[in-house]
Amino acid sequence: MQQVLNGLLDGVYYLLIALGLSLIFSLGGIVNLAHGAFYAIGAYITLVISPYVGFGGSLIISPLAVAMIGILFERFLFKRFYRADPILSLLLTFGLAMVAEQGLRMIFGAPPLSYSIPPWLKGQVFLGDFVYSFYRTILLAIAAGCVAGLWFLLQKTSFGRVVRAGVQNPDMVGALGISLQPYMASVAALGIGLAGLAGVLLAPIYSVHPAMGNEIITPAFVVVVIGGLGSFWGVVVAALLVGLVKGVMIGIGYSAASTAAIYLLMLLVLLFRPRGLFGERITRFE
Amino acid sequence: MTDFDISRRGLLKGVGGAALVAGIGAPAIVRAQSDVIRIGHLTPRTGFLGPLGEYAVMAADLAVEEINAAGGILGRKLEILKEDSVNPQTASTKAERMVERDKVSAIVGEISSASCLTIAQVAQRTKTLFFNTGGNSDALRSTDCKRYMFHVESQNSMYVKSVGRSFLQDGLVKGKKWYSLTADYAFGHDLLKVAKRFMEGNGGQFAGDDLVPTDATDFSSYLLKIRSAKPDLVVLNLAGAQITNFLKQYSEFGLTFPVGGFGFDTALAWAAGKGNFVGTWPVVWHHLIQTPGTQKFVAAFTKKYGKPPENQAWGDYLAMKVVAQSMAETKSTDSTKILEHLESGAKFDVLKTREGYFRKSDHQLMHEMYAVTALPADKVKNQWDIFTSSGPVPGPNEPLEAIASTPDEAVCTFSA
Repeated sequence: MQQVLNGLLDGVYYLLIALGLSLIFSLGGIVNLAHGAFYAIGAYITLVISPYVGFGGSLIISPLAVAMIGILFERFLFKRFYRADPILSLLLTFGLAMVAEQGLRMIFGAPPLSYSIPPWLKGQVFLGDFVYSFYRTILLAIAAGCVAGLWFLLQKTSFGRVVRAGVQNPDMVGALGISLQPYMASVAALGIGLAGLAGVLLAPIYSVHPAMGNEIITPAFVVVVIGGLGSFWGVVVAALLVGLVKGVMIGIGYSAASTAAIYLLMLLVLLFRPRGLFGERITRFE
Repeated sequence: MTDFDISRRGLLKGVGGAALVAGIGAPAIVRAQSDVIRIGHLTPRTGFLGPLGEYAVMAADLAVEEINAAGGILGRKLEILKEDSVNPQTASTKAERMVERDKVSAIVGEISSASCLTIAQVAQRTKTLFFNTGGNSDALRSTDCKRYMFHVESQNSMYVKSVGRSFLQDGLVKGKKWYSLTADYAFGHDLLKVAKRFMEGNGGQFAGDDLVPTDATDFSSYLLKIRSAKPDLVVLNLAGAQITNFLKQYSEFGLTFPVGGFGFDTALAWAAGKGNFVGTWPVVWHHLIQTPGTQKFVAAFTKKYGKPPENQAWGDYLAMKVVAQSMAETKSTDSTKILEHLESGAKFDVLKTREGYFRKSDHQLMHEMYAVTALPADKVKNQWDIFTSSGPVPGPNEPLEAIASTPDEAVCTFSA
């Protein structure tokens, strides 16, 4: 039971990365392999600024800073590739990921840097028999807040309506006299900012090193593929499912196969539902 | 006639001068061709071993600088060619290029046991010496051993036996339950095998034993299992960033069972940081050893790079010094001559309390190891000095071979 709950919580971390990936791909058609790099940059910014502004401060400043970098990337690089062959943007972001990783290595050095949970977030929570890290419950609350906020933004605002229409049919949106360009910039900022936020949240419990982005990007892609493109809830369900499968495999003693299991899950989903669990039919990707 | 005289004299002068120049000059030209002694340095500089590789490179550079400042080797300058070994295939290709094209006299480096093996195959085929400074696997010293490969890095058996003594002293072995997490690849499996042999030989048992995929970053599921298993000791056969991740999350979950492990690097303790770093771990060397050699090395390294050396730095620094000293002692750069010199039991200052030597049977460096134990957070003064150390293992009254693999544990047969 503990393993089931913990697995679900584990999935939430992937969610922060996967939502951004899915958004940027759905609207811009860009497979952002550099997403992990933004996660790493978020973690490193936290290390640099938290001595001055505290963990609480970096929780706000660091994702904003990463989102700013995201806007610059969108403005000068992504923009050129929206209508191009996806392989080009794949190469672009693959290269960006390497440049970012090597940049971090040159500035901060290759050895991992130390960073800890701030004292006021340490400790355990006791819910009956279930003992859990206090920090992770906070993490869960923040992540859940972000997901709810994003859902509200996409489903209940006029901004969200344009974005969703743009995912389905950008030409029609254009014909109606709406330029998608500013929307795309905001979506990139949002998605990349979320990756930065994940960097801040995970820096205290994961090892902070230049290649940390690679560790998280692959499971996040698996989540996006399982969830299906263009589907908000698909990504949410997929993230929880991936966390659950992994946690249960470890719980029942097949830990060596825990990573393999999520790929098997992806394979099964793709066999039976090629568009992913809740994937919508998007004309331009068919 | 006068004209002739002058010209004849001039001619003689010219010829004499030319002969003189040629006489001195010719050896100069010959010398110029082999004016430098080249050593190849191959180690992973990217990927999960990259952080350690960075220390390896810094230390090798420092060693070369010191050797050249002291006049080089046999009056010749030492030149180091550095490459990222990346993976076993690339390591092999680069080793071959260093030997065939760049004519290196020896290859130094490596951390991954798998890459060690492919480099050793090139070394054996081309009869070039290879000094392994970071591959731990026992297989490299037994089934896969090569005559042209020498091991400055300790083998897994030495790691297990040196930290095992600390566990025995603390009463964490006999009749106790261990919970182990093992990295699911060759290094982890090799370590688990040696650890199980140690545990069974000393009357303990395993409460749990999980294999961890190498890309796992989150240990919460394992931590929940450990919490309910209530082991007497949590044992890690993990490597690299995984150890740091585990330690950070172990502290996050507030678990207090004693922790230890059989493979370790001081950079991982530094990355986990004060308060998160717990347990007792084996290291091949650390920067707090109180010997003149170590203190001099630490001072020079810290002065050059602004931070103390990690244990991987010791391996590559020492290997360069061993190469230089062996060439000086044999007055030769011939691999086979140096090999015989090393096999004859040549002694080296390994910056510890006793001199070390390479064991003839498997070319493993016999030297002292240490077990380090994390300091409680309130006793930590700075970000580097976060552990205390055992005395040298084996102790002063024991032979250095006491912690190495015995002939019935591992056998090496060199093919010519």
